[in-house]
Amino acid sequence: MLQDTTTLRMKPAIALEGISKSFPGVHALSDVSLSLYPGSVTALIGENGAGKSTLVKILTGIYQPDGGAIRVDGAEVHFPSASAAARAGVTAIHQETVLFDELSVAENIFLGHAPRTRFGLIDWTKLNADARQLLSRVGADIDPTIRLRDLGIASKHLVAIARALSIDARVVIMDEPTAALSYKEIHELYELIDRLKADGKAILFISHKFDEIFRIADRYTVFRDGRMVGDGVIAGTTQDDLVRMMVGRDVGQVFPKQEVSIGGPVLTVSGYRHPTEFEDINFELRRGEILGFYGLVGAGRSEFMQSLIGITRPSAGAVRLDDRVLVIRSPAEAIEAGIVYVPEERGRQGAIIGMPIFQNVTLPSLTRTSRSGFLRMAEEFRLAREYTSRLDLRAAALDQDVGTLSGGNQQKVVIAKWLATKPKVIILDEPTKGIDIGSKAAVHAFMSELAAQGLSVIMVSSEIPEIMGMSDRVIVMREGRMVGQYERADLTAEKLVRAAAGISETTP
Amino acid sequence: MAEEPMTTRHIPDRLQGRSARLLKSWESLLVVVAILIFTVNSFASPYFLDPWNLSDATFNFTEKALIAFAMALVVISGEIDLSVASIVALTSTAMGYAAAQGFDTPALVAVGLMTGLACGAINGLLVTRLGLPSIVVTIGTMSLFRGIAFIVLGDQAFTSYPESFAYFGQGYVWWVFSFEFCLFLGFAVFYAALLHLTNFGRAVYAIGNNQTAALFSGVRVARVKFTLFLLTGLMSAIASICLTSRLGSTRPSIALGWELEVVTMVVLGGVSILGGSGTIGGVVLAALIMGMVTFGFGLLNVPGIVMSIFIGFLLISVIALPILYARLKRRMAH
Repeated sequence: MLQDTTTLRMKPAIALEGISKSFPGVHALSDVSLSLYPGSVTALIGENGAGKSTLVKILTGIYQPDGGAIRVDGAEVHFPSASAAARAGVTAIHQETVLFDELSVAENIFLGHAPRTRFGLIDWTKLNADARQLLSRVGADIDPTIRLRDLGIASKHLVAIARALSIDARVVIMDEPTAALSYKEIHELYELIDRLKADGKAILFISHKFDEIFRIADRYTVFRDGRMVGDGVIAGTTQDDLVRMMVGRDVGQVFPKQEVSIGGPVLTVSGYRHPTEFEDINFELRRGEILGFYGLVGAGRSEFMQSLIGITRPSAGAVRLDDRVLVIRSPAEAIEAGIVYVPEERGRQGAIIGMPIFQNVTLPSLTRTSRSGFLRMAEEFRLAREYTSRLDLRAAALDQDVGTLSGGNQQKVVIAKWLATKPKVIILDEPTKGIDIGSKAAVHAFMSELAAQGLSVIMVSSEIPEIMGMSDRVIVMREGRMVGQYERADLTAEKLVRAAAGISETTP
Repeated sequence: MAEEPMTTRHIPDRLQGRSARLLKSWESLLVVVAILIFTVNSFASPYFLDPWNLSDATFNFTEKALIAFAMALVVISGEIDLSVASIVALTSTAMGYAAAQGFDTPALVAVGLMTGLACGAINGLLVTRLGLPSIVVTIGTMSLFRGIAFIVLGDQAFTSYPESFAYFGQGYVWWVFSFEFCLFLGFAVFYAALLHLTNFGRAVYAIGNNQTAALFSGVRVARVKFTLFLLTGLMSAIASICLTSRLGSTRPSIALGWELEVVTMVVLGGVSILGGSGTIGGVVLAALIMGMVTFGFGLLNVPGIVMSIFIGFLLISVIALPILYARLKRRMAH
């Protein structure tokens, strides 16, 4: 393992200096610097939305930075395209690695730079032999001639790494490479990373899992809200240090949370399980309560919520609403019972682009606005106006296509749609993801108002400030299980991050 | 509105008036085209303007239009039913078989309707239960249904229909207005109301624009889609009753190729082939236009194969034109 002194003496393989990148309304990265050293693994740590993936996209030439410089071996370079970054020896291995299922392993490895014969045709003998040699270098016992789609996800990663070696990559970016791997495969990946280090590659390792970071990384860089808030060597650093850097900020003052007297239980979920997505979900939701669900992406929160409203069927479990046992087989039945779900993917599951605002709002409430199956437009406009004005919608007219609105206003229409059904329980899945600050504040204020009126709210969120600012109680999920439950009074960001990432409690 | 509390911002219900929207619609364009063709036809042939000739001309499109109404709903919901012509054939075969067994007219109608509904149910179950794409399912049942008709009939034909059965395809309700034409008008009103005035119609649009979001919003997607396939089956059966009655015989090749004409009618009527938009008014106009063109070609002694070429040309242009128009508009905006 490399010592800090060694890395300091070494020149970085690639260095980012003062990189900034903004998108309309968002500063994704401000003045970020990062150096990657040959033969060293740097862990990139940060919450969702901290700017990690933006950084990766700048490193691989997909985004152009607004300001700052990229240096390779000290010389300033520009990556106008992904292929320019690849030529400079930067390669990324994503969770969903971009490979071609229908091509052979060897073809995948050498796609775009296959060895040629004298006649300009692909030299298949050399191609397969070279592929076999590269695969053995990464310790993979894979036949280079088989189709890629016949391989498991772990083997595909190995092929991607072999491809990285084939273009003589100097910088290898691994974006949550272990997310889909089994325990054994993860250990094989560690060994491989050790070999890449020995080969002198500079590795950027992005992970939410602290045990991995401490096992494999030499250095760390922590991002928060698009800024670099700390870096250093792993040796001598504790998990607590890293967690503190990730979340260290004031939360609370910007959230318009009202004091609400919380009533008795409204919704009781017991023994909910699903063969693959989640198990053992038990909780009570009380009147006027905002119950936060925190966890990493893929912790099974959305899957659980969707099974609660009948999109998927749980394999076991019971739901009681106001002491009535419910069997919900479809969203229509959930809406009828008074449980509504505002989905995470606004464009795909929430808004119906191509239909006017008022028809979006009234769709789940048509039984109320219509008379014996016949639409009553005047009633629809009245209902749509009532709920969209409560959310302060900005639009030219209620018959405007919802697709012409900004993301924040679309989200208001979507929330208005489900509120108009007059639910008892509303589940909001990442309610402010990807919307502007102003709309965010409107949604938060409205959520508080709803709870004050006695509605029970479940809020799924991956944003610590939102969870801490809005929730009366927080349930943390990890890998489909509930791993922690905290009342507002003893809620700390550290506790949440620990529970979500699966770090055991240590004394501070 | 007076009883509304004064909010900071008032959003009007509608952006533009009803007349302004009507003027810019595809349907107004169709009205212009229909008038144009009507004028050209009346100049091209002295026989065109005769009321009885016009009445005869309606038989060119009424049966297909009956199917097109239900097809419009299916296409708006983002699906398609290519088996309709084969349902016509199978229904006709079933009725012919029943007639040969000595069934009277009401029983024949019942057999026809049940056959059509059964075919629609098979399509609907395959699409909603197994989640198969409707284009694949109905290409399959297109061969299946007509295949059964061929097996039953071979090179034979059923011709022994009871006398009263002839009314559906040859009867007149009043003066020049045939039973078929009145059926066409009645179903036009029925489908326009179903699509534009009911919760069911709204669900059809919602599914066509975004099936996932519609499901999340409590629309019973599978139930609606199943109903739509039942409706195309039922309308195919009604069309089959009219056609069989009009021809007085059943051969397995009856209504061959109608599915394309029906789809053309629907798309010409302004229904998006990608789903999500369209009106019954447009389909009615498209039916009139296609009927008049066919009739005009007939008066001018244009051979039938030219008509097929015309249909093919029409289908491609009505799909391409809106796309080209949108692209042009975008280019003008820059």
